[in-house]
Amino acid sequence: MPADALRRLSAILPADRLLWQPAHLAAYQSDALTAFQSPPLAVAIPETADEVIALVRACHAGRLPFVARGSGTSLSGGSLPVKGGIVIALNRLNRILRLDPAERIAVVEPGVINLAVTAAAAPHGLHYAPDPSSQSICTIGGNVAFNSGGAHCLKYGMTSNHVLGLRAVLATGEVVEFGGGRREQIGPDWCGLFTGHEGLFGIALEITLQLLPRAECFHTVLAGYRTLEQAGDAVSAIVASGLLPGAIEIMDALALEAAKAAVHADYPPHCEAVLIVELEGPREAVAADRLRLDALLAASQPVEARPARNPAERLAIWKGRKSAFSAVGRLSPDFIVQDGVVPRRRLGEALRRIGKFSREAGLRCANVFHAGDGNLHPLILYNGRNPGELGRAEALAGRILRLCVDMGGSITGEHGIGVEKRDYLPAMFSSDEIDCLRRIRAAFDPLGIANPGKMFPGGEAPALHAHGPHPLERAGVISRE
Amino acid sequence: MKTVVTPTSTAELIEAVRSAPRVLAFGAGTKPRLSQVDDNVLGISTVGLSSLLEYEPDEYTFTALAGTPLRDLTAVLAEKRQYLPFDPPLAAAGATLGGTVAAGLSGPGRLRYGGVRDFILGIRFVDGSGRDLRLGGKVVKNAAGFDLPKFLVGSLGRLGVITELTFKVFPRPASTLTLRLPVSDPERAVTLFEALGSGRWEVEAADLPPSADAVYVRLAGPEGTLPLIARELLAHGSGDTLEPSVATTFWANLQAQAWSAPGNSLHKIALRPREAPALLQQVAAMGGQVHLSSAGCLAWVALPAGSDAGRLGLQALTLRGSGPLFSGRAAEPEIARAIKFALDPVDRFPGFA
Repeated sequence: MPADALRRLSAILPADRLLWQPAHLAAYQSDALTAFQSPPLAVAIPETADEVIALVRACHAGRLPFVARGSGTSLSGGSLPVKGGIVIALNRLNRILRLDPAERIAVVEPGVINLAVTAAAAPHGLHYAPDPSSQSICTIGGNVAFNSGGAHCLKYGMTSNHVLGLRAVLATGEVVEFGGGRREQIGPDWCGLFTGHEGLFGIALEITLQLLPRAECFHTVLAGYRTLEQAGDAVSAIVASGLLPGAIEIMDALALEAAKAAVHADYPPHCEAVLIVELEGPREAVAADRLRLDALLAASQPVEARPARNPAERLAIWKGRKSAFSAVGRLSPDFIVQDGVVPRRRLGEALRRIGKFSREAGLRCANVFHAGDGNLHPLILYNGRNPGELGRAEALAGRILRLCVDMGGSITGEHGIGVEKRDYLPAMFSSDEIDCLRRIRAAFDPLGIANPGKMFPGGEAPALHAHGPHPLERAGVISRE
Repeated sequence: MKTVVTPTSTAELIEAVRSAPRVLAFGAGTKPRLSQVDDNVLGISTVGLSSLLEYEPDEYTFTALAGTPLRDLTAVLAEKRQYLPFDPPLAAAGATLGGTVAAGLSGPGRLRYGGVRDFILGIRFVDGSGRDLRLGGKVVKNAAGFDLPKFLVGSLGRLGVITELTFKVFPRPASTLTLRLPVSDPERAVTLFEALGSGRWEVEAADLPPSADAVYVRLAGPEGTLPLIARELLAHGSGDTLEPSVATTFWANLQAQAWSAPGNSLHKIALRPREAPALLQQVAAMGGQVHLSSAGCLAWVALPAGSDAGRLGLQALTLRGSGPLFSGRAAEPEIARAIKFALDPVDRFPGFA
């Protein structure tokens, strides 16, 4: 590490919170997109907002690139270190500063774990709605940077729909406050702009989140179908009926096989697809809506429809669903997850074409997806030890992304562009539009030191190789989705 | 503005933006203060850009030109039993979709699922350099690129001219029921707002109209279920249920802001429920009126002409009247200037003064 850079940082942090020896850096050299690895120059571990501000200002003064990192669960390589730059690890800024049940808000530091917010809110009958599958480990700071989603986005929106206020240090060193504890705002929506910035604007220091009352009642049904088309038709029928379920999810045969093997999930036999639908709300409304849902599902000719009869059965359904991704990892040494979006009515067509692409590439592809909002999650299985397979997997991923754009959708529903999809940004946006995004980035970060090399095409290519799951994933702590 | 042009196509609108050194777009003019600017600014009316370009009921999305009147949109959505849950205000007066986004206005229904910022998905706009840009997307979930659609909510046409918008819509609940729950004083209204906001009932709206002694609560849900929920809410007081036709008229009048006398200035206030009692007192002392909306998260305040909304000590936007556009806000951070320059390097749009 260059002596002057180290000197600047060591004036801010004690030696035990400034890592620079290769053995200590190894844990930070990639995130959940393990195909990309790049060791940082050093890792700074601040414990207070003031230390984060001082670090960013030192980076600005020394033109030193920095990458903010929470738990490293990004699936788009969003927290991949930048060559010649430092990682600012925010895990120790993990305090819930204030929780006001009457106003239904929580003010948290960026290193607070997503699920910890709901845990703190639960005694008051409240919860934090965005629920990415990594919610037991991912941080709110990372959720804000990448506008994370989850299984309930159609009804409740993404992270940006729940961020009411932000205090942040920008890449210029300026400290700003956007919004506050109010649900309405006056003037342009700065919180909306900052959420989803992918680490390119600066670092959030305090985040004010909106909490929602926990639904009183749930009705969760798992239905198995002989074909994916039938499952897709059932989704169309539900949507056309005017019901607004909290979640509508589909898993295909390969994903079912994996979930069975991993968590002993039990599914109806001989099914090519399983549909999970969940209604939620006041008990009177759920009682009325479930009659309509059950009739719609019966008419959709499932092999079997199983309503959860109690909270334990409901949790079992969700456990199978949320473990599907790490479970698929057991079928293959390596995999890539995409998260493109297509218009919901074209889901069936998209899946057929993905199947065709996958056969042509000679690679297996499992599908688990948020059917309610058209957000696909094709998992491309490959073995990085076989020469050329990673390249074929990436080419297949690229075909799928272009398919999503051609169908009028998006290259990412919730994972962000990161380093992984930056070359596909021009598939969605014109050169004028990308130039506009670049100008906005430059306004926040004129030196280009905040997470450079992400989101925008071009830039320096990181080391692409690697094999095997993330260590935390191997331990079953996190899952990709 | 002295001169106003009314383009009838997006191409004409882009041409109009490029044609003058200073321009400001506006919709139907239902929030007149937002387009009160110097004479040397060319006005661009979007009312000639009215069309629902795409509507996919099965996708819960539509795309419309900025000048499309809200009332036309809500009528088309209603045919498919869908709606914009945030009750965009001033629809009956002719307010446009683009004007609603630029002003950043939501009505009583924002309580349940969020406001205009929570339903916008994509935007097409012309920046200060005259470039035609589309950001966001046309599907209900999208995380590609910075969220310019959200940022331009509340931007008052000062950062770009909105030409086209894509929105998420929801299926309309089969039935609604409005309750009148009397409150003896503002403190009790706040307590009730807080209880409704965190309760199991998922109420759609909870408003305290000007000079009223009751909170009006709107329930929405499947046929036949609402009387059961209403019974519980009515159990502890002397409240009652409004006849459906009375309820419809009541909400329509609130939405139209029929209570505010035309000569008064009109302001939107971003509120915390607990600030409401002090606000009510202060406004009364100034001779004005307050409509508390969305369980106390939002206030519409009418003040006698010439009053200073800054005296309220809260963040306010002037929609009608002669006061400053914004009051009660902290000084703009440095980044606001940098972003203004990024989107409008030639200062084609007026500032937020």
